[in-house]
Amino acid sequence: MTRYLVRRAALLVGTLLLASVVLFLILRLLPGDPANALLSVGATPDQVAAARHQIGTDRPLPAQFGHWLSQLATLHFGDSFVSSLPVGPEIVSRLSVTVPLTLSAFVLAVVVAVPVGFLAAHRAHTWYGALAGLVSQLGIAVPAFWLGLLLVWVFALNLRVLPAGGFPPDGWSSFPDAFRALVLPVVTVALVMAASLIRYVRSATLDVLGSDHLRTARALGSSFAGAMWRHGVRNAAVPVVSVLGIELATTFLGAVVIESVFALPGLGSMLVRGIAQHDYPVIQGVLFVSTFAVLVVGFLADVAQRFIDPRLRGGLVR
Amino acid sequence: MRRRVFLIAGIVLVALVVGIALVSLFWTPFPAADTTGGRLEGPGAHHLLGTDKLGRDLLTRLMIGARIAVAVGLGAVALGAVVGGVAGLLAGFANRWLDDTLAALLDILIAFPTLLLAMLVVAARGASLGSAIVAIGLAMSAIVARLTRVLVKRVLAMDYVTLARTSGVSWPRIVTAHVLPNIWPTMAVNLALQFGLAVLAEASLSYLGLGPPPPNASWGRLLQEAQSTVLTAPIGAIAPGVLLVVLVVGVNLLADGLRDVADPTRRGHR
Repeated sequence: MTRYLVRRAALLVGTLLLASVVLFLILRLLPGDPANALLSVGATPDQVAAARHQIGTDRPLPAQFGHWLSQLATLHFGDSFVSSLPVGPEIVSRLSVTVPLTLSAFVLAVVVAVPVGFLAAHRAHTWYGALAGLVSQLGIAVPAFWLGLLLVWVFALNLRVLPAGGFPPDGWSSFPDAFRALVLPVVTVALVMAASLIRYVRSATLDVLGSDHLRTARALGSSFAGAMWRHGVRNAAVPVVSVLGIELATTFLGAVVIESVFALPGLGSMLVRGIAQHDYPVIQGVLFVSTFAVLVVGFLADVAQRFIDPRLRGGLVR
Repeated sequence: MRRRVFLIAGIVLVALVVGIALVSLFWTPFPAADTTGGRLEGPGAHHLLGTDKLGRDLLTRLMIGARIAVAVGLGAVALGAVVGGVAGLLAGFANRWLDDTLAALLDILIAFPTLLLAMLVVAARGASLGSAIVAIGLAMSAIVARLTRVLVKRVLAMDYVTLARTSGVSWPRIVTAHVLPNIWPTMAVNLALQFGLAVLAEASLSYLGLGPPPPNASWGRLLQEAQSTVLTAPIGAIAPGVLLVVLVVGVNLLADGLRDVADPTRRGHR
């Protein structure tokens, strides 16, 4: 297990390095001059050259890349081309919105999806199973931002029980307001996430319910709950945990759209702004932090799977 | 039998939206840029579904949105299938080293969600229908490539391919005679699912203001514009979403149905 951890951690670092190269190249290969962000319309060639020099895009690509890597190594993401403020602290302050949003939505989605998915499989041939199937089929087709809009319409504008959007300017210092601001976004993200999770939990449970070892355990006199606990849960958990990892990562990055529905000052709106202004340090910083989060979650999901299922231990093979 | 019902329901739902899109090419109740209606009129005889805050006819805008959704879905899937299919075929046939490199690269590309890649492309190219198609198609091609690679490898491991090779059949002939016929059913189902995801991704892009500009705006943009007037004119914030769901549920049902048609071993099961 220790050997596996070391190898998997090495893979994580390698992937992260490769991802930083890909990220850097994609941004540089796309057309569009970030120097324009600093200039007004009708700037002279001299002004353009000065702006390029100021932000460093006049230097050769390898030099720019070396600079970017050395910044990453010191966890310093450079200064915004537009505001000249350092990117790192802004990312940290915006994570205080995006991380609670993502994690609470994730927990809520799991709490809803696991029992519903299990019952949908256990009672597959009843109206309940059919209903759960229908709801999750609809759920994966509903765009998250539309669901958010409908929830705002019902709960914020008609019932007036929750705010329609925004976040208190002093953040979590005014906890009740911050909490209320996140209720609708969290519910929106959780519902969308739960819809697809239900499908995975249902199919993993169906596989276990149809397995020979569960039938044998029942034949040997185990109660359904006992057999399920001893033989079912672990087997069903393995595929679900790997999907959970992907879902958590997707939600974190999918927060872009939800944050703009609810006008939340999170990482997503920072990225949208960076893209609109061709602000490379902002885009790079946000995408690097997001990629890092995604890869770490993948790492944790892989390790968790091996804790749950001893058969997987012993190699990198899946 | 129940599966057959789903397939038919899928065809009906998709045909409905595609039909609206086709009609919009020849006729809409009003010209797309017509702002002669009153602001935020309710549904009536003149404007069947009412108007938006600039006085544009909602039905007209919905019909044009259907055209854009179908165009983005088809365009992105075509681009993703060609780019991803070719890359996947190459990786599947490549030697060990090249294959491992491509596989690692694809894994990283997939780690970036479609929407983020699409946002980067749109940022560079400017917001337009073409950008949306290119952006979503390219993002999709990584997913298609990974699937193609796995499928190709599975076919190439078959004894009949080894037999064909040893009896001197050329690689291009093996691709057309053995690989493509074996992988297309799975590919078709997956591409149908990707169509739905492409439509949803485009809606999100448009919602963020990164889609085709008005007056030929997509459903995502319609929803974004209607958000501020949802209390006075709820239909504008509901109708585009309903059409989106109809189209996406339709293609998902269609994909499920296709899977059963393409794979006879699944018939008769759940």
